[in-house]
Amino acid sequence: MRSRYKLLLLPLLLGFPAMTLAVAPALHTSPPATQAQIAALEQAVQSAQSSGDNAWMLISAALVLLMTAPGLTLFYGGLVRRKNILGTMMQSLAMMGLITVLWALVGYSLAFGHGNGFIGGFEHVFLNDVGLTPNPDYAKTIPEQTFMIYQLMFAIITPALITGAFAERVKFSSMAVFLSLWSLLVYCPMAHMVWGVGGLLNITGGQWPVLDFAGGTVVHITSGIAALVTALYLGKRIGYPQQDMPPHSMVLSFVGAGLLWFGWFGFNAGSALNAGPLATSAFVNTQFAAATGAIAWVVTEWFQNGKPTALGAISGAVAGLATITQAAGFVQPMSALLIGLIAGVVCCFMVFRVKKFFGYDDSLDAFGVHGVGGTMGALLTGLLASGSINAVFGKDGAGRPYATGAIDGNWHQVLNQAVGMGIGWSLSIVGTLTLLFLVDKTMGLRVSATEEAAGLDLSQHGEEGYDLNS
Amino acid sequence: MLKIEAIIQPAKLDTVKEALIEAGIEGMTILEARGHGRQKGHTEFYRGREYTVDLIPKIKLEMVVNDDLKDKAVQAILGAARTGHIGDGKIFISRVDEAIRIRNDERGEAAV
Repeated sequence: MRSRYKLLLLPLLLGFPAMTLAVAPALHTSPPATQAQIAALEQAVQSAQSSGDNAWMLISAALVLLMTAPGLTLFYGGLVRRKNILGTMMQSLAMMGLITVLWALVGYSLAFGHGNGFIGGFEHVFLNDVGLTPNPDYAKTIPEQTFMIYQLMFAIITPALITGAFAERVKFSSMAVFLSLWSLLVYCPMAHMVWGVGGLLNITGGQWPVLDFAGGTVVHITSGIAALVTALYLGKRIGYPQQDMPPHSMVLSFVGAGLLWFGWFGFNAGSALNAGPLATSAFVNTQFAAATGAIAWVVTEWFQNGKPTALGAISGAVAGLATITQAAGFVQPMSALLIGLIAGVVCCFMVFRVKKFFGYDDSLDAFGVHGVGGTMGALLTGLLASGSINAVFGKDGAGRPYATGAIDGNWHQVLNQAVGMGIGWSLSIVGTLTLLFLVDKTMGLRVSATEEAAGLDLSQHGEEGYDLNS
Repeated sequence: MLKIEAIIQPAKLDTVKEALIEAGIEGMTILEARGHGRQKGHTEFYRGREYTVDLIPKIKLEMVVNDDLKDKAVQAILGAARTGHIGDGKIFISRVDEAIRIRNDERGEAAV
């Protein structure tokens, strides 16, 4: 047997030198590569990278849209009473329609145009000059329209998150006007300050560079604080808290939360704006924080109430995801585990105790999960951001990344993060209150008591979510 | 003629139904009901809020039988629906004045 193998090796041994002999002269005789050839090669490499990045970014954009519908619509829809499911779902779908149009007309320009430190300019209104070539200000390898549509999905989900605070009691028309204006007055400036060129909080060149990888401040703080303000301004649902208002379908909420978790990979890992290693880092951190968030919430309530609930598990996962959003592309995987853990415990405490103590009716806990998670995420990012993951402040002469977060020794970053958080809170409080007041005085925000009792499905849309007789 | 109404645990419906058919009961009506007796429901937790659910799902069976089937029917229900725990349900028996088969206007015991 052995000798037969040796025989098989023989032609190989003989073949190698023969091949080298054959190839060597060819190499020597070929003319040196011309400039044109090198340029063509570079072009091909660029095009390949661009295709890869673009594929990931288009999928990421679709994933983020999936978070709004059906993710958020099912999550919120299951948590309300049966008579309000369509009303709740329609609030999110309205954002998918309205914000898309606004974004195309003026929103993208206000967020990502040049403008000043606070808000973008008007050079991109009607998507003027937003074409299929990259905009080197934002993402060098993908068409600017990919960047634009990806950012649109964030602009859609942010106001949709707020709907959790005023569930079951707001007029559809007023909601649509309020949230559309909110997007222009609060979301666009915040996105510009943090991510826009020349923004006040921009990581490169901003006065207070804020690390916000995927929108902890831009998305979760703005929407979570707006949720709290809205819940306080509107007042409670009729009958709250004396009357029981348990979720009508935990199954829908469960499926919705699963889709949120899934879509969040596009939200966070997509925020790398390319398909490179940074996307992997954010992907890993996203999964890790969601896992510990779910575990921490469940364990906390297990001690509190004696049972691990399904609603606790999915709420904890969402809390972990909301909190890691800001840190996703800046921290080590072990930090992500820690961030999720803190998120699960603190958000659970906020929802169980603090809400009860103050007595506001944040119906679906948009503040308790997104506002609190976003705020914690802002600060934790300042503490745990590591230059070894993302050398966002550049590298020194020896190739070592400059200190990024407090964990690297840059305690100043925690202060920057706090400034960003403070601006996010302030802008959201002022903007939300102003718009609530305007819309309330002109259109009226709440439905009538009779309509509230009948439910939004029937009173606002003339439909029922569940017609068990047909 | 007697009307037997039995309120039972939803999970026991299949075994009770089979026991009744075996006992010779030919027809019955089943209603999905909600209610409570002395056990007063249970509590549920949603995001830390405790909800008392005092009207819990039950199944109500109704059947009208001739007098001689009463004991067999009651035994069948007792045997199949009892777990020995609170919430097993109750049986009510009352007299029925008349029974009429809509299809052919048959009256009395023949219609049962």
